[in-house]
Amino acid sequence: MKNNVCNIVFGGIGGQGILKASEICALAVLYDGYHVKKSEVHGMAQRGGSVESHVRFGSKVYSPLVRCGKADFLVCFHAEEHFRLKPFLKQGGKDLTVYLDKARETVTNPRHLNTFLIGVLSAHLTIKEKSWTMALSRVFSKKIVEQNRKVFFDGRSINLK
Amino acid sequence: MVKRKKIITELLSGNQALAYGAWEAGVSVACAYPGTPSTEILENLAKFRDIDAQWSVNEKVAYEVALGAAIGGKRSLFACKHVGLNVAMDPLMTSSYTGISAGFVVVVCDDPQMHSSQNEQDTRWVGIYAKLPVLEPACPREAREYVKDAFKISEKFDTPVLIRMTTRISHTKEDVKLSERIEVEQPKFKKDISKYVMVPKNARVRHVFVEKRMLKLQSFSERSRFNRIEKGSKQLGIITSGVAYNYVKESYPDASVLKLGLTYPFCDKKIVEFAKMVKNVVLVEELDPFIEEHLKALGIKFKAKDPSFRLGELCTEFIADIVKGNVKKKVELAARKPLLCAGCPHRFAFVVLKKLKLTVAGDIGCYTLAALPPLSTLHSCVCMGAGITLSEGLQRALPNEKIVGVLGDSTFIHSGITGLINAVYNKAKGVIIILDNSITAMTGGQQNPATGLTIRNEVTKKLNLEKLCKSCGADNVDVIDHSNIVEFEKLVKKRVDEKALSVIIARSPCKMIDRSRGPVPVYDKELCKKCGLCLKIDCPAIKEINNGFIEIASDICVGCNLCVSICPFGALKKNEE
Repeated sequence: MKNNVCNIVFGGIGGQGILKASEICALAVLYDGYHVKKSEVHGMAQRGGSVESHVRFGSKVYSPLVRCGKADFLVCFHAEEHFRLKPFLKQGGKDLTVYLDKARETVTNPRHLNTFLIGVLSAHLTIKEKSWTMALSRVFSKKIVEQNRKVFFDGRSINLK
Repeated sequence: MVKRKKIITELLSGNQALAYGAWEAGVSVACAYPGTPSTEILENLAKFRDIDAQWSVNEKVAYEVALGAAIGGKRSLFACKHVGLNVAMDPLMTSSYTGISAGFVVVVCDDPQMHSSQNEQDTRWVGIYAKLPVLEPACPREAREYVKDAFKISEKFDTPVLIRMTTRISHTKEDVKLSERIEVEQPKFKKDISKYVMVPKNARVRHVFVEKRMLKLQSFSERSRFNRIEKGSKQLGIITSGVAYNYVKESYPDASVLKLGLTYPFCDKKIVEFAKMVKNVVLVEELDPFIEEHLKALGIKFKAKDPSFRLGELCTEFIADIVKGNVKKKVELAARKPLLCAGCPHRFAFVVLKKLKLTVAGDIGCYTLAALPPLSTLHSCVCMGAGITLSEGLQRALPNEKIVGVLGDSTFIHSGITGLINAVYNKAKGVIIILDNSITAMTGGQQNPATGLTIRNEVTKKLNLEKLCKSCGADNVDVIDHSNIVEFEKLVKKRVDEKALSVIIARSPCKMIDRSRGPVPVYDKELCKKCGLCLKIDCPAIKEINNGFIEIASDICVGCNLCVSICPFGALKKNEE
């Protein structure tokens, strides 16, 4: 019954845009009509320390936190954090961190790494493209949304090959 | 600022949802002092132009202003973190007696697991202590709903109403349906000395009212929809409240559940009825045995969590062990320690204090991070303002020790001023360093009286800290930009050796606010002796690479050049490009 919930864990360190990445994801699934819960970290814990954000969506979601060994996807932006967060991934779950090197090769601005990996993630989820673009427009200011949209589609297309 | 025509759905955190709910309920006045995990409540309320919102100087002040507005006939809200409520306990205890005229809601965000706090006190006890109703939402949607009802309960029973949130509700986002603001009719202000002047004669009468009110609230709790039985298995029934409800539903989707939303006063009859419905009763609550003690008093046969679960927050993984009566398993994944930002002015101060081997009475703020190794240069941190008062106490006990009190600008204004006056009045000597980064930084950068801006960034009168310290009676008040560590060291040394009460205002802006960046220093490997001094300043931009040499991460470094000032071999040079 509860198995229809999709679990995604985002991780890295303060300043890498983890909360922004999970925000885009949560908004996109919301626009697609799902019930969504997303956890965040604020305050002292955030200062250069580990930042981790969980997104869970489905027809009904209770806990905002993903259980250890239950994540369908892991999206991590930092090597040490990746080691720490790996136990979240379920058997057969997809570790999108492997695309981090590809992302570094592709994007010119390191601030766009998060958007690129969201693009990669989007290719694995059955969420309408329009919901993703709506989420991007919501999260980014007018000045930078076009650039990010481009990076998003770069990420989205590498997986469709 | 925020205008809405129709019902819409937004992705909102518990704090945002609560703010929207309060706005919909017609709240007019809202006050708080920032504190994780509660800060975003006021930040979001301030976005509504039809709400008179403020960052107050501290929680006691915030509570009193909001209470005054509620007595004056406007729906009002006060928000704080759990330890913030301690500061507001004085007005809170007696406001239970005075009651209100228009609805008054007190929102308290607890921090199980101490993600960003100095203790993990459980606010639900305040319900018993102050004789106030306690609502516990379980998710952002409920935070919005409950706050709307809280105003009605407040007015119906003439009482402040506590809403107890926790970090996992405040900082969880969920899709939340929003609607329009209801303009409530404001009760007309009546001068009522017997109700609002709590001298013994009047307070005795009001205490009778309070006890009667508790009985009425208890019968309300029995029939209220906040306390809900979800029928399921007859074998297992779980009583739960707050965020723990979600973990229970994940782990035991088939169990019967009694979800307590109006946790206090307890709905005794409903609890007894539920216990009769099922064979085995288990209680799952986060932190203290608050419901547990009451179930015991009711004589109900049930299984409570092992005391090891009273520490830290719960999660879905723990529920099966609680139900089975097991001890908490250690599953903690070692997280990275937080550290001061690259270029943070606090780092300059603590590098000097460490070099001078001073004893440092610290306070609450980003600078508390200086207690962590390798800086390890902050030796006490108890509560807001104690940087000054604890240093006075330490000095009285240890007259030959070199002690300084350290606290931030916002912390000083919050509750350091009284400590300074006390030190002057009682002839204390010593040095107090106000680390003035001109913002309330740890909570994400909020304005305070010394920044000269309000919660809406409107210009207001700016508090002059140096004049204030002088008029409190400090013997010396120096203002210095401590990013010049040579001058700062000289000054601290001089003041510490004097028999005087000195205040040093170390003024340099927070790097999260002042975004100016300089070039990354030049590292000359040939001159590097691998002494490791630059690593001991704990800068996030400096990394040791395998053979003892270092590397500066150019994407993190802001070019503050502190590492340049401390390198004894000239291996790090200022980049003069």
